[in-house]
Amino acid sequence: MLLPVIISFTNSLMTEREIGLNYDLIGQMTNAAAGGKDAFVNLKLIPDWVSLEQYYAVLIATPNYLNMFWNSVYMVALIIAGQVIVGALAAYAFAKLRFRGRDRMFFVYLLAMLMPFQVTLVPNYIVADYLGLLNRASAIILPGVFGAFGVFMLRQFMLSIPNAYVEAAYMDGAGHFRIFHRIIIPLIKPGFAALVVLLFVDYWNMVEQPLVFLEDDFKQPLSVYLSVVQQEARGVEFAASVFYMLPMVLLFLYAEKYFIEGVQMSGIKG
Amino acid sequence: MFRKIMRRHSVVAIWFLAPSVLGFLVFYLIPFAMGVKYSFMDRPNDGSFVGLANYKALLHSESFRKAAKNTFLFTLGGVPITIALSLSLALLLNQSIYLRNWLRTAYVMPLVVPVASVVLIWQVLFDWNGAVNSWLHGLGVSRTDWMKSEWARGVLAVVYAWKNIGYDIILFLAGLQHIPRDYYETADLEGAGSLHKLTRITLVYLTPTLFFVVLMGLISSFRIFRETYLIAGDYPHDSIYMLQHYMNNMFLSLDMQKLTSAAAVMVVCMLVLVSGMFALERRFTKDLD
Repeated sequence: MLLPVIISFTNSLMTEREIGLNYDLIGQMTNAAAGGKDAFVNLKLIPDWVSLEQYYAVLIATPNYLNMFWNSVYMVALIIAGQVIVGALAAYAFAKLRFRGRDRMFFVYLLAMLMPFQVTLVPNYIVADYLGLLNRASAIILPGVFGAFGVFMLRQFMLSIPNAYVEAAYMDGAGHFRIFHRIIIPLIKPGFAALVVLLFVDYWNMVEQPLVFLEDDFKQPLSVYLSVVQQEARGVEFAASVFYMLPMVLLFLYAEKYFIEGVQMSGIKG
Repeated sequence: MFRKIMRRHSVVAIWFLAPSVLGFLVFYLIPFAMGVKYSFMDRPNDGSFVGLANYKALLHSESFRKAAKNTFLFTLGGVPITIALSLSLALLLNQSIYLRNWLRTAYVMPLVVPVASVVLIWQVLFDWNGAVNSWLHGLGVSRTDWMKSEWARGVLAVVYAWKNIGYDIILFLAGLQHIPRDYYETADLEGAGSLHKLTRITLVYLTPTLFFVVLMGLISSFRIFRETYLIAGDYPHDSIYMLQHYMNNMFLSLDMQKLTSAAAVMVVCMLVLVSGMFALERRFTKDLD
């Protein structure tokens, strides 16, 4: 399970030359008929020479990486913050309030959550154009903020809080905003942790949206750049990968306890 | 009394829902409705109504049928296999406490490893000259071109399972720990075999968890497109050409009619699928409480 992570890390410490020697064959067809031998790539775990050459190339020699890294960071941070707030409010209505058409409405949210991005690609593009958002980060951030996943997950957690708590507080004269703020929010903290990690995973990886909505290369997030660079410079890829992986792995290790607790809570109550 | 509560709730609900519903309308529902409208026209701008012509053309399109079949097959195969695998692992982990937390972390880790970071590894492993072929060669088995043959589907399933197994395991472990011990004790007293206990107690009480796992599995099975796209590009091997490839390529070739009607078809399919799941879940959990 951990092999790909380990390979990325150890290979990121190899020299450019060693990477070249090991992986030159990728993408080439060398069969006996074409004159080649039974040649294979050389998947090695331990570098011959430990070197920070790749990291130098990524972090210092190519400022692009840091720029795109920053693009990734602020887009993802705004999406997460927005979706958590908007989602929590809506989830409260769906989980703890009774109103007409609630279940049908929630079903629409559920369907929207399951759809891949391509389904609303064209009209989304037109809407973004109409609102003047094209080629701006907000064309990606705003749809992200209103994504249905946050509503779904947080509703799941709120369902597991007994209605009696809410009713008791209501009898004591607390308004719904007060109940939401004082009772619900503190109780679903693990839910927030799980949601933040999952959203981070999803949006840190986004490729399709920025490719469609952002024209300028310097506005792209790192995920897009990384998928382009793969073809060009194999040597620095590993370092770029590790650099790109790091925030997620660190966030996960930091929040693991809460994340797992949160995920567990989400799956019990149907 | 109930009426009054309803009305009071409705007013409050509007405030709680307003931000979400407004954004949802602008960025999801209205775009989707526009898409459906386009799917009945011959051009997006000042087109005329052509009825089901676009849908007919879509269903006759070779590449759409291929894409739909692949997406369907992948979801139908990959999701259940991953779920079965993670359920078995969860049952195992539920038994032995030894190394459990450590193993759990190792299983969940792939979930947080960014797609683009590991694409390279998949290439190194499954290329014609890749490491897997090299290992096979060592065992005297002739090499396979994994990504450019029917095997590509299998490779994709492996990638999907690798990524999602940990998440499902956590969910199942939680579900398992919520089944009251005495059910098993009673079953033991009545002399029930372990297979009986598995099907009559464990699986029945895992239904709500299973439902959630399937939903999450569906979402992530559509996400596998990213991996496919990054490994194999716009036109991968036939067996892994997905609906999203089709839609992307229609977008690039500016064929909005096919794209929007494909989207509508997909939504209808999901509607049927999810409604079916809800109906099934209700039947299974009816006698739980």
